[in-house]
Amino acid sequence: MIDMSLPWWGWVLMGAGLAFFLLLIIVSIRRNHGVKRSLFASPYTLWMIIFTILPVVLIGYYAFTDTNGAFTLNNFRNFWDSNYESNKVIMQAMGEAGAAYVSRGTVNVDTLVYSLWMAFKCTVICLLLGYPAALFMADRNMKLGPTLVVLFIIPMWMNFLLRTIAWMSLLEDSGLINTLLKWLGFSGVQLMYNSNAVLLGMVYNFLPFMVFPIYTVLNKMDFRLSEAAADLGCNSYQTLYKVIMPLSVPGVISGITMVFMPSVTTFFIPRMLGGGNTMMFGDLIESKFLVEGNWNVGSALSLIMMVLILISLSILRKADPNGEGGGIA
Amino acid sequence: MKKFLIAVCVLFMLLPACALADEVVNVFNWEDYIDESVLEMFTEETGIKVNYMNFTTCEDMIVQVEANPGAFDLCFPSDYIIERMIKKDMLAELNYANIPNASQTIPYLQNPAYDPEQKYSIPYLWGTVGILYNTTMVDEPVDSWSIMWNQKYANNVFMLDSIRDSMGVTLKYLGHSMNTQDIPAIMSAKQKLIEQKQSGVVKAYQVDETKDKMVAGEAALALVWSGDAQYAIDLNADLAYAVPQEGSNVWVDGMVIPKDAKNKENAEKLINFLCRPEIAVMNCEYVRYACPNAGAIELMGEAYTSNPVQNAPEEILAKCEFFNDIEPAFLSIYEAMWMEVKNTK
Repeated sequence: MIDMSLPWWGWVLMGAGLAFFLLLIIVSIRRNHGVKRSLFASPYTLWMIIFTILPVVLIGYYAFTDTNGAFTLNNFRNFWDSNYESNKVIMQAMGEAGAAYVSRGTVNVDTLVYSLWMAFKCTVICLLLGYPAALFMADRNMKLGPTLVVLFIIPMWMNFLLRTIAWMSLLEDSGLINTLLKWLGFSGVQLMYNSNAVLLGMVYNFLPFMVFPIYTVLNKMDFRLSEAAADLGCNSYQTLYKVIMPLSVPGVISGITMVFMPSVTTFFIPRMLGGGNTMMFGDLIESKFLVEGNWNVGSALSLIMMVLILISLSILRKADPNGEGGGIA
Repeated sequence: MKKFLIAVCVLFMLLPACALADEVVNVFNWEDYIDESVLEMFTEETGIKVNYMNFTTCEDMIVQVEANPGAFDLCFPSDYIIERMIKKDMLAELNYANIPNASQTIPYLQNPAYDPEQKYSIPYLWGTVGILYNTTMVDEPVDSWSIMWNQKYANNVFMLDSIRDSMGVTLKYLGHSMNTQDIPAIMSAKQKLIEQKQSGVVKAYQVDETKDKMVAGEAALALVWSGDAQYAIDLNADLAYAVPQEGSNVWVDGMVIPKDAKNKENAEKLINFLCRPEIAVMNCEYVRYACPNAGAIELMGEAYTSNPVQNAPEEILAKCEFFNDIEPAFLSIYEAMWMEVKNTK
C-alpha cells in the first residue's frame, strides 16, 4: 500500500478545525444566546457530504461522460449492448466484412435479470426461514428465546468474507461435508460451484437482516392483544394469522428491504461459492472498475442499479407509510 | 507571542528538510515478491534507507506512478506494462555503468520485444503459464492444451479468471498468436471457450484460490502461472507442471526507474545489488519463480536446472510469446468476448 499518511500541516489543520468546533460549542453553551441547535449536526452533515453525496455526484459525472470527460450517453447504450464498444472497433477494422462478427451483447442485461431473480429467491427464503425464527425469539413462553438471539448475533461478530470462505471449506469436494460422507461410505456430492451454493451463501449472510427487524416489532407488540384474541374465541392459528401477522407487517417490510438491497448488489459470494461460473451484477461492476478500468461504464451500471433500488424502496414504502419498522423502507 | 508563533512555524518547516538528509530509495513492488531480509542487508551495506511499498495489480501501479511523480525510484512492472510505460515516456534510461551485475542476465531475456536493447529495464523474475495437474488423476502425458477440453476430465478443470491468459492459451491452442489482432481468430477462441464451458469441463474460473485447491486435490487440471505451480508442488508431491507443445505465455517482471525519480543513483545501486548472484538466489528461493540471473542459476545448480517448473525446456520456450500491450480500444474486443464466455450458462 501507498503511504497515505497526512503531511504535518494536514494534522495541524484538522486539529485546528476540531478545536474551533469545540470552542464554538463551549461558547454557545456558556453564553446561551440562542445558537441554532442544528449547528451541532454540522460535523455529521460534512461527513455525509464528503462520503455520501460527493461519491454519488461523481458516479453521476462518470456515467454521463466518456474517457475524455465529454458528455455522452454511450455508457447506457453499453448497458443494453455489452458489445457496443467492441462492435465499433470491429466495423472500423474490417469494414463490410465485419458485419458477420457483430452482434448485440446481452451480458449486462442478462446479469441484471439473473441478479434480481437470485435476490428475489434469497428474500423469499429468508422470509420463510426468518419469520418463524423471529416468532420463537419473541415468544415469552420460550425459555430459549434470548439464547437464540445471541446465537444469531455471534456469527455477525465475524467479517462476512471470512464466513463465506468458511462455507467454502465446508462445501468443497475435498471439504468437511464430503470427507465425512466418504468416511461414512457414501459417494461424495458436488455442493459447490453452482448457483445453489451461491444462494445458500446469500441466505446465510443476509438472514439476520430479516430476523432482527421482525423480532424487534414482535417483541414490542402488546401480548395482551393475543390474549384478547384468545378470549374472543380465536385458536392459536387464527391469532397468528389475524392478529400477530398483520401487526408485524412493518417489521417484515423493513426485513425485506434489508435483505433485498444487499442481495441485488451481492459480489464475492458468486466468485467464492459459485466458482465464478455465474456472475452477479456486483461482480460485473467490480470487474468494470478493477479489471477493465472502465470507470464510465462501471458508473453507468451502478447508477442503473441505484435507480432500481430506489424504485423498489418507494414501492415498499407504500406498505409501511408510517415507518413503524424503523423507517428503512 | 508573535515571535514565538513564527519560531514554531519555522521549526515545523525544517522538520521535513531534516528527514530528507538521509539517503533513501523508494521501492514499489508486488506484494510478497521479495525476501525482505535482502533489503536490510542492502541498508547495512550502503547506508541507504529503503522505503518499501506494495501494489497488487500492474494497472494499479501505473496509475499510482502517474499520480505521484517523484514518489517512486524503483518499480517492478510486468513486460507489457514496461512496453506501455516506455510508450508513455514514463521511464528513465538506465545507466549501466552503475549496474555492472546486469551482465548476469541470461541470453534468452537479453533482447526482449517489450524493451529492445534493454534501455529501460532489467529482468527481476520471470515465468510461464502452463498446466498444473494431479498425477493421481491424470495418467496420460500432458503436452497439449487439448487436454483442457477433454470430456474425460468433465467438471475437473480450473481455468484462470484472467482475460489475456485464458484467451491467450486458447488462441495458442488454435494455432494463433496470443497477441493476435485478427478478429475471426479472437471469435473462434471465444467459441472454443464457450464450448469448453458448455461441455461441463470447467469446474471454476478463479485466480488466487486455485493453488490451494489443487493442493487439496479439488481438481485434476488447472491453468496456472509457474510460480503458483511451484508453490502447490512444494506442498503436494502428486502435482506436476507442464507447458504444452503449442507454446504459451512467457512473462518477465522487470526493474525500472520512473523518469521523475528523485534518487535514481540509489535505485541503480539497489538494482545492482539485486542482480548480485547470491542475492538473486535468496529472492528466487523465497518467491519460487524462475531466475533470470546466470550467476544465481549456477549457484543453485542441479536443484534449479532439473526443475521443469522453474527451468522450462528451450524448445518449448522458443514457442512461447510475451504479451504485447494491446491498445485499449482493441482490448475492448477481448474484454467483451471474455464477458460473453463468463455469461454463458
